[in-house]
Amino acid sequence: MIESFLEFEFLRNTFYTGLLIGLIAPLLGTFIVVRRLSLIADGLSHVTLSGIAFGLFLEKKIAFLAISPYYTGIGFSIIGAIIIEYLRSVYQSFQEIAIPIILSVGVGLSVIFISLADGFNTDLYAYLFGSVAAVSQQDLYFILGISLFIVAAVIIFYKELFAVSFDEEYARVSGIHAKWIHFLFILLTALAISASIRIVGVLLVSALMTLPVASSIRMAKSFKQAIFYSILFGELSVITGLISGYYFEIPPGGTIVVALALILGIVLFLKSRK
Amino acid sequence: MDASAPVLSVQQLDYKYEQQNVLEGVNFTIQQGSFAGLVGPNGSGKTTLIQLILGLLRLQKGTIELFGTPIHKFKNWNKVSFVSQKANTFNRGFPATVYEVVSMGLTGKVGYFRFLNKGHKAQIYRALENVGMREYADRNIGDLSGGQQQRVFIARSLVSQPELLILDEPTVGVDTENVERFYKMLARLNEKEGITLLLVSHDIGTITSYVSDLLCLNKTIHYHGNPSEFHQKSDDELSQFYGHSMHSISHNH
Repeated sequence: MIESFLEFEFLRNTFYTGLLIGLIAPLLGTFIVVRRLSLIADGLSHVTLSGIAFGLFLEKKIAFLAISPYYTGIGFSIIGAIIIEYLRSVYQSFQEIAIPIILSVGVGLSVIFISLADGFNTDLYAYLFGSVAAVSQQDLYFILGISLFIVAAVIIFYKELFAVSFDEEYARVSGIHAKWIHFLFILLTALAISASIRIVGVLLVSALMTLPVASSIRMAKSFKQAIFYSILFGELSVITGLISGYYFEIPPGGTIVVALALILGIVLFLKSRK
Repeated sequence: MDASAPVLSVQQLDYKYEQQNVLEGVNFTIQQGSFAGLVGPNGSGKTTLIQLILGLLRLQKGTIELFGTPIHKFKNWNKVSFVSQKANTFNRGFPATVYEVVSMGLTGKVGYFRFLNKGHKAQIYRALENVGMREYADRNIGDLSGGQQQRVFIARSLVSQPELLILDEPTVGVDTENVERFYKMLARLNEKEGITLLLVSHDIGTITSYVSDLLCLNKTIHYHGNPSEFHQKSDDELSQFYGHSMHSISHNH
């Protein structure tokens, strides 16, 4: 099965894209989960959906303005990230309120743009649940660029990201610009989400950021180990999910999440026997 | 920066939350090398004072100087380190080793775009040794006892080699038999490493036998001086200080 992935160019691109998101989503997911911000991924993915719907609308109705829905998705996601940070600073004692606000506005805008673009079509289905089909060379390079940027930023700001995640007050006292680090982080998350949507889809992208981490923190002693296991489980699930999705003609979003859940089940079972 | 200036100087400090005065005319200085204990009952404004000193709250009235520099101009934060009373209310499931937690203490000092090197690694182990936790370096922080965790957080503060270490109720969650050991460890740090300590506590009992300066706070400083003199005066005044405060607290609510 894996041969056909490497044989056809479009599948090969999908496979490489899968490997990239299997790396970046769990990498950022580890920070998201330990900061108890798991729902941010959901909020941002729905904003991304509204951006994609806006792109589809442009494509259909205002052809001369058409850009790939993918790029409008990224644009909306980044704006959503900025708004979440703004809301979190306005509602300091109710920071979680930013997420339902951004999530519902995202869904609302999506509905509007989808109906303006004359309703559901197969493209949208692929954006919702992911797709093994047709990742173009250009998309692959773009996602590669995003991934390199994310990995480099996490390595360069690792110690600050770690300190802010563990104890924000202490980080601030020791002279770290917690606000900027947090902003950088949510921006990276927005980029990772829009990159991952191609394969896993809007509805399941947060699963790829949180489920592998749920498994890994049961096993890891150190934070670096937690990151390592998260990525390992993420990659395993993406590979098995893509291959089985292609084989059974199911959107890979579904098969990847099932693979992630199986790993979680196994980890929990092994841990409970100890 | 003036080398002979006191480590910390607080002058005519007032602070209000809405209409309620929390601090009124607070004046004191702490000289280099002292081990100061700031005691006061719950609600006496200790935590507010510490947050002002650390620049976490904005000054309303009065001045605070750190190493001779007014706090709003003070940039040298790596000379000051802080152990919060909330330090051991961290997320216990957080996957981090003792070593990783202590390494956080270097983050601000090392600065952006730089990585920890071998010298930093040695500093981390030395800080752990200073609090007697070296052999726990690779253990998960959540698996340790409250007292051990508190030592790790002290090590995290020590690793950046601060000149002033501020501890807010560090013995909360430490069992009584380990509290004495804990104070002894602080006294040793003060003596051997020459670190100026400001220890905040609501418990006036144990700490008076370790500190060199005693400050009693209840909105304002009621006593500042040698702990032994405080004991000679005391019984009467002590009960006045605490008793009076209990009274005023119940009025304020």
